[in-house]
Amino acid sequence: MVKFKENGKKILLAHGSGGRLTHELIKDFVKRFQNPILAKLDDSAVLKVEGRLAFTTDSYVVDPIYFPGGDIGKLAVNGTINDLSMVGARPLYLSASAIIEEGFPIGDLERIVDSMERAARLAKVEIVAGDTKVVEKGGVDKIFINTSGIGVVESGVDISSGNGRVGDRIILSGTIGDHGIAILSARERFDFQTEVKSDSQPLNGIVLEILKVSKKIHVLRDPTRGGLATALNEIAQQSGVGIEIEEEKIPVKEGVRGVCEMLGFDPLYIANEGKLVAFVPEKDSMKVLNAMRKNRCGKNAQIIGSVVKGHKGKVVVRTGVGGERILDMLSGEQLPRIC
Amino acid sequence: MKLIDEFRDGRIAERIVSKIEEFGSSKVNLMEVCGTHTMVIFKYGLKGMLPENINLLSGPGCPVCVTTQEDIDKVIGLVKEEGVIITTFGDMLRVPGTDSSLEQEKGNGADIRIVYSPVEALRTARENRDKRVIFLAVGFETTSPLIAASLLDARRDKVKNFFIFCTHKLIPPAMEALLMSKEVKIDGFICPGHVSVAIGSEAYRFIVKKYGVPCVIGGFEPLDVLQSVFMLLKQIKEKEAEVEIEYFRAVRPEGNKIAQKLISEVFEVTDVEWRGLGVIPQSGLKLRARFSNFDAEREFQPKVRKARRNRECICGEVLRGVKKPVDCTLYARICTPEKPYGPCMVSSEGTCAAYYKYGGL
Amino acid sequence: MCLAIPAKIIKIEGNLAQVDMAGVKREADIRMVKDAKVGEYVLIHAGFAIEKMVKKDAEETLKLFREME
Repeated sequence: MVKFKENGKKILLAHGSGGRLTHELIKDFVKRFQNPILAKLDDSAVLKVEGRLAFTTDSYVVDPIYFPGGDIGKLAVNGTINDLSMVGARPLYLSASAIIEEGFPIGDLERIVDSMERAARLAKVEIVAGDTKVVEKGGVDKIFINTSGIGVVESGVDISSGNGRVGDRIILSGTIGDHGIAILSARERFDFQTEVKSDSQPLNGIVLEILKVSKKIHVLRDPTRGGLATALNEIAQQSGVGIEIEEEKIPVKEGVRGVCEMLGFDPLYIANEGKLVAFVPEKDSMKVLNAMRKNRCGKNAQIIGSVVKGHKGKVVVRTGVGGERILDMLSGEQLPRIC
Repeated sequence: MKLIDEFRDGRIAERIVSKIEEFGSSKVNLMEVCGTHTMVIFKYGLKGMLPENINLLSGPGCPVCVTTQEDIDKVIGLVKEEGVIITTFGDMLRVPGTDSSLEQEKGNGADIRIVYSPVEALRTARENRDKRVIFLAVGFETTSPLIAASLLDARRDKVKNFFIFCTHKLIPPAMEALLMSKEVKIDGFICPGHVSVAIGSEAYRFIVKKYGVPCVIGGFEPLDVLQSVFMLLKQIKEKEAEVEIEYFRAVRPEGNKIAQKLISEVFEVTDVEWRGLGVIPQSGLKLRARFSNFDAEREFQPKVRKARRNRECICGEVLRGVKKPVDCTLYARICTPEKPYGPCMVSSEGTCAAYYKYGGL
Repeated sequence: MCLAIPAKIIKIEGNLAQVDMAGVKREADIRMVKDAKVGEYVLIHAGFAIEKMVKKDAEETLKLFREME
C-alpha cells in the first residue's frame, strides 16, 4: 500500500491551493490508482472509445462515511458503475473528485482512496481523472465525493425505464433494505446492534451475464434512494404501465426485518446499493433468473411480479396475508416511529 | 420471525374470512380505535378481503392526530427558547402548527432530536447539563408508564435539566365520548392491544355494561385483526355485549399492575381537549404536584395566541369516524404527506395518511 | 401508538435486559415485567418491556385460528 507523504497527518487548506502540497497529494493519488492515463497528469484524460457512449454522474455525501460493508469511496465507485450498467453499458472509465473539509485526517483519506482503488479494480474499471478541493472547517461534512463515468452500449441493446411492457416479469436480484439499515446502524445514536452490512457491490458483471442470455431485457434499475417501491413506481409511470408484485416473494434478511419491525420501517422503501430489478419478457424470464442466480451478486434472485394491463402508472402489492394494497412512492423521510 | 410470521399466514386468513362471510350481509359498523390497527388494516389490504357489509371506522387512537393545535403551537414556541433541546418521537416532526412545524424549525437551526425512547431523552439531558431538554410526551396508556419510569429515574438521579411537555391521553374516556355523541352508530370496538396490555380488559367493562357495545381487544398482526372482526360479529349475532381478549398472549384482564402503578405515582387524571372531540372529562394526564418541577409548561410558560385552524381540514370528523378522508376537500389534492394540512395526514398512523399511502384501490 | 415487538431476553442485569429480536439486539428496561427470565419473550415498546409474551398462549392463539373450520 502506497503511503501518503504526510504533513501533520491532516488535510490542510494548503493541500487545496494548487501549490506543492496539492502536487504531492495528487502524485500520491496517482500512485494509488496506478493507471497509465492518470499517470500522465494531463489536464484531461484522452480516451479512445468506440460505439454509443453512456455517461453518468453522482455525488456521495453519505453520513457516516464508514459503515458495515463499506465506506463512501466504495459506494461512490460502485454507484457510478451501477448507473452505467443499468442502461446496459459496459463501464470503462471513471472520474473521481473530492471536496475535503480542512482537518480531515490523511489516514482516513488514504483509507477511502484505497477503497476506491479496490472497488475499481474488482470491477475492472479505471479511474482516469480526478480533482481535489479543500474547504474550511464546516464547508463540507468531512468529505464529499463525485464520480462520473462513461461506458459503451453494445448495438442492439435498448434498456430504459420507459420500456416496460405488459407481460414482462419483474426479477429482483437479491435481498432489499441492507444498505439503508447498515447506514442507520452506524449512526451514533442508534441503540440497536445488528449484523446487517451494506450490499454495495458492482453490478456490471451480473448485467453482462444476463445480456448474454437475452437480447430482450426491457428495463434495468438499481433501487437506491427511496427503495424498491420508488424505483417500481418510477418505472410504472415512465412506461405507462401497471405493476403487480407479491410481498412474499421479496427476499429480506432477518436482521433487516428485525430493525424495520422495531422502528416501523418498510423494507420496500429502504435504499439498496448492490441490487437490481430487471423487466424481462416472460419467455426469457427463466433464462435470466438462472443466469442471475449463477452470479455471486444474484444468489437470492427472485421473480417478484409482473407488468399488468390495469392501473397504469400504479404499483399494487399482494400482501402476505392475501389482501392487496397500493404501493406508493416514498413520501418524506422514513422516520423511526413509536406511534 | 418468531411470534410474528405465524400470525400472517394467508391460508388461515382465508379461513377466517370465510367464517366472517357466514354471518350474512347486514351492515355493521366496527371501529378500530387505535391508529396502529388502522395501519395494519391498510398495509395488509384487509378491507378488501372483508365482505362489503362490514364497515371499518377509524377512531381517535392516534395520539399525534388528537393533539390540539394549541399544544402543537406551544411546542413550536418552546423550540424558540434559549438553550433548549427538544426530544421527540418521530411522528411529531411534521405536524403542522398554525405558522410552522418542528421540521421547519429544525431546518432553521433549532436543536430538535428524534428519539426512539424516553430513555434517550433523559440521556440527552444527562449529557447536556448546560441545556434544558424537553421531551414531548405524547401517547396513550402504552407509553405513559415509560415516561413515568423515566421521570422517576430523573428524580432519583437529581437530573435538573429534564422536562416533559405532557399531552398524554386515555383511551376508554374517548371511546365513551364517541358513544355519547351518537354521531355514528358503533356496533363493536376493536380495542387497542397494547394500551390494553397496560390497562387490562376490565377497563372496558363499563362500555359493555352501560352502552351494550361489544369489545374485542385485538393484537396487531393481520390474523389478530381478522379474528377480532370475527369475534365481534359473533357477539353481535348472538346479541351479546362482552369484553373479549383476542390478544390473550399479551393482555390480561387485570392488565399490567406495575405499569398502572407507575402512571398513578407520577401522573393524575385531568380533563383535556382532544382535536376533533373537544374537552373530554378525565381523559388526560398531568404531572402530580411533586413532579411539577419536570413540567415544561410550568418552566417555560409557553403562550399561544388563539390557534388558527384551517376550516377545510376535517381531521376532527375523520377522528370521530364521521367522515372518511376521501370526503375532505383538501385530501390528496392539496393535503398530502409532503404538504400536510392536518395531523391525520402526517402521522404514520393517521387515517388520511393510511388512505393516501395504501388506499386508492 | 402501539408499536411493540416480541423479543427474546438473552441477558439480565438488574432492571435492564439485552433482548434479541430476529438478530437485532438492544437494551430494554424490564422493570414492568415481573420475574422476567432469560429465554422468555417480552413485548418491547420504545425501549421498555411492557409485558411477557407467553409462547404457550401464542401457540394457543394460532391453534384457535387454525381450528376455524
